[in-house]
Amino acid sequence: MSFDERKNIILEGVAAAPGIKIGRAYYFDKKVFRAVKLEIEDAELAVKQFREALDKSKRELQKILDLAVDKLGKDRVLIFEAQIMILDDPVLIETIETRIREEKMAPAYIVEDEISKYQQLMMKSDDAYMRERANDVEDIKNRIIRNLRREKWKSKVPEKRIIVAESLTPSDTVLFAKRHAEAFVTDFGGLTSHTAILARSLNIPAVVGLHDATIEIVDNDLLIVDGFYGRVYVNPDETIIAKYQRKIEKLHEVEEDLKRITKEKITTTDGVAVNVLGNLDVEDELKFMISNNAEGIGLVRTEQLFSEHEFLPSEEVQFEYYLKIAEKMYPKNVVIRVFDVGGDKVLPIDVKESNPFLGWRGIRFLLDNKLQFEDQLKAILRASSKGNLKIMLPMVTAMDEVLDTISLLEKCKKDLRAASIPFDENIELGIMVEVPAAAVLIPKLAKHIKFISLGTNDLIQYLLAVDRTNEIVAELYQEFHPSVVQTINHIVENAEKSGLDVTICGELAADTLATPLLVGLGLKALSVSAISIPYIKRIVKNLSYADAKALAEKALLADTHDEVAALLKEFEKEHGLDFESIIFEED
Amino acid sequence: MITKEVKIINDAGLHTRPAATIVKLASKFKSDFFINRDGMKINGKSIIGVMTLAAEKGATLTLTFDGEDEEEAARTIVDYFNRGFDEL
Repeated sequence: MSFDERKNIILEGVAAAPGIKIGRAYYFDKKVFRAVKLEIEDAELAVKQFREALDKSKRELQKILDLAVDKLGKDRVLIFEAQIMILDDPVLIETIETRIREEKMAPAYIVEDEISKYQQLMMKSDDAYMRERANDVEDIKNRIIRNLRREKWKSKVPEKRIIVAESLTPSDTVLFAKRHAEAFVTDFGGLTSHTAILARSLNIPAVVGLHDATIEIVDNDLLIVDGFYGRVYVNPDETIIAKYQRKIEKLHEVEEDLKRITKEKITTTDGVAVNVLGNLDVEDELKFMISNNAEGIGLVRTEQLFSEHEFLPSEEVQFEYYLKIAEKMYPKNVVIRVFDVGGDKVLPIDVKESNPFLGWRGIRFLLDNKLQFEDQLKAILRASSKGNLKIMLPMVTAMDEVLDTISLLEKCKKDLRAASIPFDENIELGIMVEVPAAAVLIPKLAKHIKFISLGTNDLIQYLLAVDRTNEIVAELYQEFHPSVVQTINHIVENAEKSGLDVTICGELAADTLATPLLVGLGLKALSVSAISIPYIKRIVKNLSYADAKALAEKALLADTHDEVAALLKEFEKEHGLDFESIIFEED
Repeated sequence: MITKEVKIINDAGLHTRPAATIVKLASKFKSDFFINRDGMKINGKSIIGVMTLAAEKGATLTLTFDGEDEEEAARTIVDYFNRGFDEL
């Protein structure tokens, strides 16, 4: 296709993170990064990189092995052991190193080629067991290549480009952010995919779910990414560029306006105080917390903080991280959620669960891995001596999980006392309410905890039995489903009766359309990604609590999602809360 | 050099666990150790190599040991095969 034929293409997708950017495309081709047959200049450097990748892979596997050996089952443990032995295999290592030196090809390519030979032998077998073994070898091969890739990345990815990819993992997203990516454009993914959430956190515009962006867009194409309307223009003409430059100017004006709002302490027009807190996913967001004047951090997603490091970092590494956050936010409070791995999050282990969302995740995983859990609890306790940290448990479904955590926490406190290490004796414990079971159990759980936080993404998913990452049923993931509205109402009422503090920290809290409803349902603390704070504050500042309450009462009587959504849209319009639509209306 | 024939006698055959054990045992010795089957010659100190040997119950393998401690190496490893990888 010539350039002319590819002028003025408009692609429509999902608006995943707001903002507008004009810039050049960088096509991130995973296959190329995998094992391209690249010639290299410095073979000794390549051999060194290969050895480092082996070491890193070994450390990762060793950590996995240290976890709940009994849980994994003997067979899987053996496979991990065999995988570690492969990383020490003298014949394999020597062959690969010799080939890197002689052929002068990228180590990832040699690793792929050499290990694939063994896999092909295994695949030839009639024995199903042998063919499965080929998959295990695939795992180890991918692990080495992934670790080789990490290093290569930093030098290969150009700065300040619009990243175009089929899909991005959370760690890809963070790495690109470090290379000052301007925007993200992907074929797959939806509004609540972790990449979308991260892009919003990092204030990088994103359009996802474009289906064929990687076919339509070629490296270095000029792109306009409209993260408000979910639109991508490929090689646009001058008029469109000019139009978007005007939009960008307007956007700057809005941002200036928001900066002023964010400095104020916010109440509704009739004087009800609503706290707007921040969710912290990655360290880079701390600066937005400060600049947007977050009234605390309602959720630190620790599994995300450390995904750049190796899996399950040491107590010391964690301690330093938590201390930094506690000090930067002091005297405001910071709620640290303990590792929420499993489900679709991070890489707990290569455990293959047929239904990970109903499987080994959150508190279940932690209580099965007490040594690692203790490391984290101790790290939080040690960082708590100024008294502004709280601990939150994810995925709680039963009282026992809270009680077991409390006894573990007491043990940690005892150890610290014995070592004369200071910590906050009165550190508060709370839970995420994201499973219907926990929502029902609030009055009972209240005897042992001080606060709850509504995790709406998972709550909606479990309440409606919809996997939000499954595109086939993603439409059924309805945040304004009447049962969602009623459940939130039930949770807030019961928490208040039981004397618990309630915060909402899911994506719903950051949806400006939902803000009046949430305030009307009685939520007085909203925790959103740091960059969304000013937008939410602006809504609250222009909202009357009495009106919001009346809206909530109407919504509680609605029969369908569309009915609730229509009520909210009508309310927004009637009260002049649709700020952005005035500025960005299509002309 | 010592050459020995061994037969796989356990039900599960030469699967991951015995493959790992064989490599661990072989690595303790200085002697070279190869496993031959159907014209394939696998270095017995390479786990990924031994894992490619789809040796089911009843299969016959030829083991060769070559080096200063070949006798002890042969005795240890042949014994492990004859014990059915401790799975009988």
